[in-house]
Amino acid sequence: MDYMDKKKKWLLSGVALLVAAFHLIPFYILITTALKARGDFSSKWIFPKVLAFENFAEAWEMASLGNALSNTTIITFVSALLLIVFGSMAAYPLARRQTKLNKIVFMVFIAVMVIPPLTALVPLYKLVVDIGMMNTLEIAILNNVASFLPLTIFLYSGFIRSTIPKELEEAAKIDGASTLGIFFRIVFPLLKPVTASILIISCVFIWNDYQFAIFFLQAEEVKTITVALAGFFGENANRMNLVAAAAIMAVLPMAVLFLLLQKHFVKGLASGSVKG
Amino acid sequence: MIGVETKRQPIADSSVEVKRTRKTRQESSLWWMYLPALAAVCFFILYPFLNGFKISFTNWNGFSQTYDYVGFSQYTRMLKDPDTWLVVKNTLLYGIGSTVLQNVMGLGYALLLNQSIRLRNFTRTVVYLPVIISPLIMGYIFYFFFAFQGGALNDLLVFFGLEKINALGDPKVNIWLIVFVNTFQFVGIAMIIYLAGLQSISKDYYEAAQIDGASSFQQFKNITLPMLMPSITINMVINIIGGLKLFDVIVSLTGGGPGYASQSMSTFMYDLYFNRQDAGYAATQGVFMAIIILVLSLAALVYFKRKEIEA
Repeated sequence: MDYMDKKKKWLLSGVALLVAAFHLIPFYILITTALKARGDFSSKWIFPKVLAFENFAEAWEMASLGNALSNTTIITFVSALLLIVFGSMAAYPLARRQTKLNKIVFMVFIAVMVIPPLTALVPLYKLVVDIGMMNTLEIAILNNVASFLPLTIFLYSGFIRSTIPKELEEAAKIDGASTLGIFFRIVFPLLKPVTASILIISCVFIWNDYQFAIFFLQAEEVKTITVALAGFFGENANRMNLVAAAAIMAVLPMAVLFLLLQKHFVKGLASGSVKG
Repeated sequence: MIGVETKRQPIADSSVEVKRTRKTRQESSLWWMYLPALAAVCFFILYPFLNGFKISFTNWNGFSQTYDYVGFSQYTRMLKDPDTWLVVKNTLLYGIGSTVLQNVMGLGYALLLNQSIRLRNFTRTVVYLPVIISPLIMGYIFYFFFAFQGGALNDLLVFFGLEKINALGDPKVNIWLIVFVNTFQFVGIAMIIYLAGLQSISKDYYEAAQIDGASSFQQFKNITLPMLMPSITINMVINIIGGLKLFDVIVSLTGGGPGYASQSMSTFMYDLYFNRQDAGYAATQGVFMAIIILVLSLAALVYFKRKEIEA
């Protein structure tokens, strides 16, 4: 592509600028909407002269975003931790010991990935009611963990099979280390790249989850960001600037993380897109 | 010689061999390591999924302790229900519409941003950013854009002296807006997959083609597209699954309205269960939806894999 003449290069750069502008417009509108004062009905395309930062404080209070943020943080991090511990542990024998049983179990995990979680909504809801776990953070954690475990195991076992040399484990075994000891002390530290991907996939998807949360977390004290925002929108649809301010606050933590760790995000999410 | 040797050995100490393999096999499954994961998946995914079939044969209302088995009547009801076909039609539109749009735009962006031009990394970041935003919130962001009262689009139309339009309330328009918003949000993934595909194509092919005097369109058609087939397969399959499952964006953008006009199978099922207390019927719709998603995603997979081999 070094042969490209200057004219063409500038033309294509112009097209790239247009593409970027097109994708930034909705966010520009989001920001101007959030910063307009209550009685300000001027066009959303015009940046407000007086910036109504009080919208953010008001939305934070009214939508109880503080509580929602802390719930979402707990659910996301505990789920990610459990996924990493139990997912990697499960992947190890499935990657290393090709017994008949293990082959079947591996097939089960892969087959489950194909089931769209929402299609089992009715029976899952019934199950959660039956075991008395409605409106608990625990059920959100368990559901998220179960739904991301197959992908986690798939990624871990692929990585163990293709990149971790068996000799390492055999040497440790001769030294008399236990299986669990070998796994957590020798194998697990080598899985860092997959662990990073899984951390990113689960953080993004669980942080943004609405489908599980709307079914199982309806009570005020367990609401996550998405549920809180949906409720807030329902009650204040005519006060768009407050909803916009709340939306910005809900998006900001993940957006900042993304901008800081962009390369890891893109790589991690690409490996997770198998799940869609 | 070798064949004879391997044949003889097992016979010589077969009893020892059998004992040893049995013992190592028992030790080596290490099943306790995956037991917690397997239990969680069975309890929260597999069991509910199978139980869904059972509930689809009942008239359960979603909360009472008793219900009757009604055979296939929920299924015949589903096939006769005009709402079913409306939401199936919408679901297919969401699935196929956003798949086509995401791939066309994603490939276009990838071709553009694979060149050494200015703003390349900035534009990639901007296109990709929505991927990490909740689809529900993405819907709200576009709600501010398209809303009848005080939306940015109508502000613009008024500025140019045109009539305001109720884009979100018009069922002929809002279905396509949902497709558009879903595409806008996830086109970054398609773009990244295509970029990776483009970068894996060796430059030698293009150089050889240039020597042969092939035009850039011929190069695209005869080198780029065939070499991109694996990326196309992945994109088609993940986009079709994503589009058919669409839920959050619909909730925040139109709420499925007006009436049922923009509902997908997911939102319809939610409505049947939580608003109409029709759990048995909702489970039937769930079974139907699982079948549609499985069949279509498998069909796409097989179709594009075959194309890969041809190419």
